[in-house]
This record gives sequence, structure tokens and C-alpha cells, in this order.
Amino acid sequence: MIGWLFLTAVAGVLGWLAVSYGLGRPPRHGLSWAAGATGALWAVTAVVLAIRFTRGMGVMTHMTDVNPWGIWVGFLQAGVALSGGGFVMAATVHIFHIKRFEPILRPVVLLAFLGYVFVALTLFIEVGRPYNLWHPLAMWQHHSIMFEVAWCVTLYLTVLAVEFSPAVLERLGYGRAVEALHRAAIPIVILGVILSTLHQSSMGTMFLIVPQKIHPLWSSTLLPVFFLVSSVAVGLCVTVVASFYAARIFGKTLDRWLLADLARAASMVLFLYAALRLVDVSARNAWGRFTDPGWLGGVFLLEVGGGALLPAFLLSRRAVRDRPRWTVAACLPVLAGVVLNRLTVSWLAMVPYTGPGYFPHWMEVSVSFALLTGVAVVFGVAVRTLPVYPAADSPSATILPVRG
Amino acid sequence: MVRVPARGQEMTFEVSRRSLLKGMVGAVAAAGLPHSTRAEGPVVKSDVFSVLVDIPRCIGCRACMRGCQRANDLDAPQDLMDMEHLESRLEPTHNLWTVVNREGVETRRHVKRQCMHCLEPACVSVCPVAALHQTEAGPVLYRESRCIGCRYCMVACPFDVPRFEWNNGLTPVIGKCQFCASQRLFKGLPPGCVEACPTGALKFGRRDEMLFEAKARVHARPDVYVPHVFGEEEVGGTSWLYISDVPFEKLGFKKNLPKRPLPSLTWDVVSWIPGIVAVLGSLFGLLAFNLSRKTHSPSAPKDEA
Repeated sequence: MIGWLFLTAVAGVLGWLAVSYGLGRPPRHGLSWAAGATGALWAVTAVVLAIRFTRGMGVMTHMTDVNPWGIWVGFLQAGVALSGGGFVMAATVHIFHIKRFEPILRPVVLLAFLGYVFVALTLFIEVGRPYNLWHPLAMWQHHSIMFEVAWCVTLYLTVLAVEFSPAVLERLGYGRAVEALHRAAIPIVILGVILSTLHQSSMGTMFLIVPQKIHPLWSSTLLPVFFLVSSVAVGLCVTVVASFYAARIFGKTLDRWLLADLARAASMVLFLYAALRLVDVSARNAWGRFTDPGWLGGVFLLEVGGGALLPAFLLSRRAVRDRPRWTVAACLPVLAGVVLNRLTVSWLAMVPYTGPGYFPHWMEVSVSFALLTGVAVVFGVAVRTLPVYPAADSPSATILPVRG
Repeated sequence: MVRVPARGQEMTFEVSRRSLLKGMVGAVAAAGLPHSTRAEGPVVKSDVFSVLVDIPRCIGCRACMRGCQRANDLDAPQDLMDMEHLESRLEPTHNLWTVVNREGVETRRHVKRQCMHCLEPACVSVCPVAALHQTEAGPVLYRESRCIGCRYCMVACPFDVPRFEWNNGLTPVIGKCQFCASQRLFKGLPPGCVEACPTGALKFGRRDEMLFEAKARVHARPDVYVPHVFGEEEVGGTSWLYISDVPFEKLGFKKNLPKRPLPSLTWDVVSWIPGIVAVLGSLFGLLAFNLSRKTHSPSAPKDEA
């Protein structure tokens, strides 16, 4: 109970700061508030992790033999999806050569890299024998989708590091290395996009083996397609939200027309995604199970209606796209919807099968929360110390001053 | 006859030719990875080790549970493993690989549960490191040294069999019935539970013999048995077979299990991967380099921006 109160307090402080920065009215000493809350969270989580690696997961999670995967797997899945911006934007700039998006490519690639770091760190805590995590690279079992996932995470993390490395190399003054990387950009990006396509979809493929355990609203052979399409949509929305907040918090410039273009693309992908989901449920005649149980029907409504259809409609309106703040407000439900979707497929949709035995221990949430804030802090440090964003005087289209 | 390898002899794994020939992954695997397991190619279904459980013959003495503990040197607390504790329900754990419980108060039937040793096991197909693998003789075995503890086997198992050692921080294991394969079956002995059973509720043999026996018993007493052999067709067939005088779903058996082997559900997608890589690679490659030429040539219009 005290643990949950603590987590709520930390989330409250950080959420309040996020809202006030988003509205352009940052409170005095806002960043020290954030530092205090984050520091307390990390201190508590250090103790939690000590418990995890000495006394085992049974003590600090509510996972059991009936519910062997808890909320970590859901967050891990969400982390992969929210990193989707990396491959979407890399493909846009380097494969489709829509070069006007180049100014925001670096921050998005950094975000995707940190997202995958979040995923990898979660894995190290989530699996029982983390020191064996290299085994899939040596002990092949190519029938397993988890084997493919392990390879994709490893390779794609490497590719993202290479894609981001020019920022570091520029800072260190290795101009020739940057040039060489620039020439190799296309093959590297193609490799990254292929790996992402495989990895995003295989996150859904993982659940094809248990059709009888997942509620019919979600148990579809199209899960890999849904996971891929939704990751493209949420990748675009993450790019919008992150660009906006980076501009607000770090005083970077924001190109509102790029944001509007991203939002329009997101709207189209979201319409496609929602249509696919609805057609899929109809084709499988699963609507009859909509209210069985009723709360899962509610989850479906929230996730597909609130997280995809509604934002798709909002983002299709010019009035919304013309105002960065409204655009961000319409993109946030997409993020929430995809997180909810991943949590549902890996947890909630299996509750009718497993019984309501699992609800995360606050320590589980605390670990994920600490990793998330850690990743955010690293992003902030990188933005301040590395040439992540183009210099303010660069000729990147219409610049909108965002202060005030 | 069951092909029992000599003591100490390494079990060999057949790799199904069809799966190997499928594209790149298979080619690489063939190039020098001897440890590919048979995740898809089925074992010879009639030939595997098998146990027939005759539910009406079980009196719930739980001797099989104690026999299992002895045979496998397990250290689960034994105080509830006696007949007088039948009221207390036991669940399998990482060191308690089989349990007998009274299922359904009014029926007073007792059901032994353990790994079903599927002929085409989902756990083996999902394990990324082949920590779970299937021997040619049927038993599905676990190799602790390979395991990364991802618990995908537990999620994938249609019978919810594999158990995890939740109270171990660094070296947790997956626990499940090993069919006493290495210490008994491969030496020509029956599993520990079967040997301990005093009533003949458990019978050990080749699967086609056990299936024949099951059908003969059901056929001989249609007034007693329900006309179904559980495990004959469920998820493509299991090594352990059950016959009962009470409908199976009243005894906690899973219903609505597909007859189709589960590994094929994933393999349908996984086998596409080399093709997808090839198609995406060439598509993106063509696109990227063509567009790049266009955007860089002086005559072409500037970006559509």
C-alpha cells in the first residue's frame, strides 16, 4: 500500500510537470522537483532489484505458475512499439528520400535506441537467468519466435547505435568517420527497417501459439500484422509528442509543419489499423463474445475506439493539425492505446483463461518506472551535450518559436 | 519396439527435411549447427513411450507422487502426499512434478496430473535455446544449463505444465515431469510413478499398445467408460492417455483444445521470415537507390517539400 502511494506520488509529480511544460507554463524549480522525485524512485528501485536478484521473483512480483508473464512483458512489448518511430522516420528519410524530415531524424533514432535499451534492461530483470541471455545467439532453435526476437533485439540495438553514432562522432570531432557512415547510411537503414519489421510483428507472433488462452476479441492469426501496423502509427505519434516536449523543455526549435505532416500520416495509418481490427473481429464472428466478460469489451472500446479511431478522426481535421498543442493532445491517446493493447494481449485478454490471480506488485511497476525515467534522463543529457537537434540557425523550413 | 539407446549414449535428433530446406535459416542451420531440435517433425507416434491412466481404477493413494519424488530425488515437502490429506488440493511446483487430486466432490474421482509429453510439444517449439527438447523415444526433457528463464514454455503449454522456481534469485529452474527418461526409461525400467501404483491405474508401454488397450477397455465396458481417449488427438496427440467413467470436462481436463499441433501455428509465420527479408531487402534497396539518384540528379525537381 505504502509502495503504491509512493509510486503514485512520483507519477503525480512527473505528470504534473509534464502537463505544465506542455501548456507552456513550467513551474519554478520544475526540474529540481523532477530530480527529487526521480532520485527517490531510483533509490527505492535499487532495493527492489537487490531483492529480485537475491530472493527471487516470487517475493517482489505477483507472478505465479498460473501467470508466468506479468506486467514487465507488457511494458517490454509497449517499449518495442513506442520505439517504432525510429524505423518509420529512418525509412522516410533514407529509403523514401523525403528529406525534409531529416532534422528530426536524430532525436527520433536516439529515442528508439533508448527505447530498446529499456527493453533490453527489462529483459535482464525479467528472465530468470539473465547471465544466459546470450544463449539464443549460440544455441540455435530457429523454430522459436523468441529465438528470432532475441536476434532482432540484439541486431537492431546495434543498428540503432550505429545510426545514432554520427552525433557522438561529430561531438568528438571524427569528421571522416561521420562521412563514411553517411555514405553507408542507406544499407544500414535498410537493415534496420527490415529488423524492425520482423521484430515488431514477431511481438505479435509470440501469442499465436496460445489461441485458446486469449480472448476472441484479440486472438487472431493477424496479430503480427496488427502489432506492425500499430507500431507504425504509434511511432509517428511518439515522434510528434517527443519533438514537442523536446522543444518545450530543452528550448529547441519546432517545425510545426513537419508535425502536421506526421499527424496526417498517423491519422491514415490509424484508420487502417482500426479498420483491420474491426474487420478481423467481424470475420471471425467474435462480436458475440464482446460482453463476455463486459469489462474486456470496455477495454476493446478504449483501445480501438479511444486509442485509434478517435485520434484518427481528430488528426484528420486541419483545425487540430494546425495547432501543435492540439496535435499532441490527439496523439497522446494513441500512445496510451498501444500500451493498453500490449498489456491486454499479454495479460488482460488471458484473464478469462487464467482467472483474476494476477495484479502487478508495486515493486514490478517501480522497476519499469525507474527504467523509463532513467531512459528519459539519458535522453535529456544527450540532447544537452550532443548535436542531436540541428542548430537553431539551420535552414529547416518554417521555424516556430515555442516559448511563451 | 521402442528404440532405447544404450546407457550413456547421446540421443540423436532428427531434423525434419522439410523444415531444413525452408530458406536461409535452414541453410545456415544445415551449415554446421548440430543442435537443431525436432520442433516440428513429429516423432513416430505409435512408437513412443506412453502411459495409460485409467481414472476409475485410481484410489487417490498418492503413492505415485512419492514414487516420483524418490525416482527423481526431488525435495518437495512430503507431508501432504498421503491419502488422508486428499481433501487438501496440491498444485505441481518446480520440485513437485506430479499431483493427484480429488476432482469434483460429487464424483469422487482422482486425477493424476503431470506433463503429457505431447507428440508435437509447444514448449519445445517456443524455447529459444532448445533447453526443452524432445527425444526420439518421446519424452520431452529439460536442460537446465541452457535455460534463460524466459518462461515462454509455461505460457505456450496447452496443459499449463511447466513450473518456475520463483524463490530463487539467480539460478531458478523450470520443473516438469521428465518421464524418468534418463534414470529409468532408457535403462528399461518403467517410470517411478507407474512402478509405485498399487492398483494398476497406470500402465506403461508403447503408445500404440496403450491406445489399443484404452480403446479395448472403453469398448468392453461402454456402460462404464465415456467414449473418449483423452490425449489421442488433443493438440496432435500426447504420450500420456486417459480414460474415464466421468466426462473429462467435469474432472478439470482442458476442453476446446485444438486437434492441430500447436507448433504449426507459429511455424506458419516463422517459415515466411526468410522470404520477407528477401522481398523487403530488394524492395527497399531498389526504392532507396532509385529515389536517391533522382533527388541527387540536377535535372530532377527538388524535394516534394
